[in-house]
Amino acid sequence: MSVTKDEVRHIAHLARLRVSEDRLDTLASELNGILDWIEQLDEVDVEGVEAMTTAVESSLPMREDKVTAAGDRDAVLKNAPKSEEGFFVVPKAVE
Amino acid sequence: MSKLIEFTLTEALEGLEKGEFTARELTQTHLDAIGAAAPLNAFITDTSERALSMADASDERRKKGEAGLIEGAPIAVKDLFCTVGARTAAASNILGEFDPPYESTITANLWKEGGVMIGKVNMDEFAMGSSNEHSRYGPVVSPWRRDGKNDKLVPGGSSGGSAAAVSADLCLGAPGTDTGGSIRQPAAFTGIVGVKPTYGLCSRFGVVAFASSLDHPGPLAKTVEDSAILLRSMAGHDKNDSTSLDVEIPDYAAAVGRSVKGLKVGVPAEYQVDGMPDEIRDLWNQGVEWLKEAGAECVDVSLPHTKYALPAYYIVAPAEASSNLARYDGMRYGARVEKDGLVPTYEATRGEGFGAEVQRRVLIGTYVLSAGYYDAYYLKAQKVRQRILQDFRDTFENVDVLLTPATPSAAFGFGERDADPIQMYLNDIFTVTANLAGVPAISVPAGLDNQGLPLGLQLIAPALGEETMFAAAGALEKAANFSAKPKRWWESA
Repeated sequence: MSVTKDEVRHIAHLARLRVSEDRLDTLASELNGILDWIEQLDEVDVEGVEAMTTAVESSLPMREDKVTAAGDRDAVLKNAPKSEEGFFVVPKAVE
Repeated sequence: MSKLIEFTLTEALEGLEKGEFTARELTQTHLDAIGAAAPLNAFITDTSERALSMADASDERRKKGEAGLIEGAPIAVKDLFCTVGARTAAASNILGEFDPPYESTITANLWKEGGVMIGKVNMDEFAMGSSNEHSRYGPVVSPWRRDGKNDKLVPGGSSGGSAAAVSADLCLGAPGTDTGGSIRQPAAFTGIVGVKPTYGLCSRFGVVAFASSLDHPGPLAKTVEDSAILLRSMAGHDKNDSTSLDVEIPDYAAAVGRSVKGLKVGVPAEYQVDGMPDEIRDLWNQGVEWLKEAGAECVDVSLPHTKYALPAYYIVAPAEASSNLARYDGMRYGARVEKDGLVPTYEATRGEGFGAEVQRRVLIGTYVLSAGYYDAYYLKAQKVRQRILQDFRDTFENVDVLLTPATPSAAFGFGERDADPIQMYLNDIFTVTANLAGVPAISVPAGLDNQGLPLGLQLIAPALGEETMFAAAGALEKAANFSAKPKRWWESA
């Protein structure tokens, strides 16, 4: 498998990363270098092996179904790039 | 420079207890040392006022007989830990001047035990890197130099600021994070101790996420005993992290100094890699001898899937990173780059906010998780990971602990490993296996190379085998008797 310049452009769009045209070739060659190196995993026999999901056996705990942290609106909004009247201000999302 | 900064954590706690000096004096001395250490670029956010008021409160608590485990000790905090009222940016532009409305569990635990936040320290952006060259604040310079040379060396990464701060006597300990070696590798490069505990022992709540199944908070410290005290102060069950283990936290420091007579130490053949410098091989052999002299029994073991750990890591870590970093969209916090429309704003925000290495990993992660490739990459890597874990489980049926080198080389110069990402990734070849398997590991300074740079040895224990690990590390530390310190060139720079 080899990643083309067009694919890098597509992946970058999927990842919502603006990448300038002149960096696409370099990125494609870096990604291909890494992907080629990763290919050695094909040597490993994983027939019948379960994918690892946890390092130490433990069950997911349940918690009581109640609100524990209803954030302080002002503390949260103080980090907003833009806010007005207690709301986040974001670019128009629906045409 | 005052003697006070040369103390280990254990020594400083004794001095405070005997009333030989106050937490305020100890803190002020460290703040002065930090002020004189600007050329290292380790400290990036000044919290000195808070440090002094925390020190005063600590002195009050000690007077009242309410001293915690690390009462009055100056602690440097990696920029990855959320700290209320102190900018937390993961060394990334995308977080802007983010001021967290909540405190990470690890730092909250440290403050509860009497720690004094001496400042926030530099790191590789989003903890991605092995040299601390990738940071919005610029690179960290190692306190160490080659004998007779003035070239700048990297402190290792990603906890490079933490390692430089501990090594240069600018704090008495530092919580770091280790996703592929980011505590142990910089510790080895700077002649200090670094611990990556069992997965789930230290809470990830409030730690900016890189790869959630691999991220391990843990301490960097001057000695094995110091690291044991710090780990006990940091660890513990946390209901805010669903992967946090609900286990008793023992007095790890009590295990340091415990006899290793009869301990079975495995020496894994697969850690003997091509191109490894003779000095590292010799030090490893020396480590085997030291443990034997202390009464341990050393045997050759094999973990056949070791060589696949790094390539598996470079699927799992970027995949989880691309998912975790999807939240940085410039809408609710961080630095937004406004463009015409929503998607162009996202793309510009992320394109300008993330550095080159972070972008590379987000792209790899997005690719391996994209439709049609998931089975071939991510699922396959998680199966290989199971094989690696099984190697450890099988081996730990027969031995108590494993001894390996910590890194395949000593510290290198700026830009030396930057041209090829894979060359940089190979730094983590000995450390990454323990992240994939979630087992505890410690890096102990054990010697100097022929250019006067520190080298470390690593001990790996089974899950929750921290006490055995600390006992073996204590024996190794005692035998190695590593006492070298960097020359304080930065004070006259």
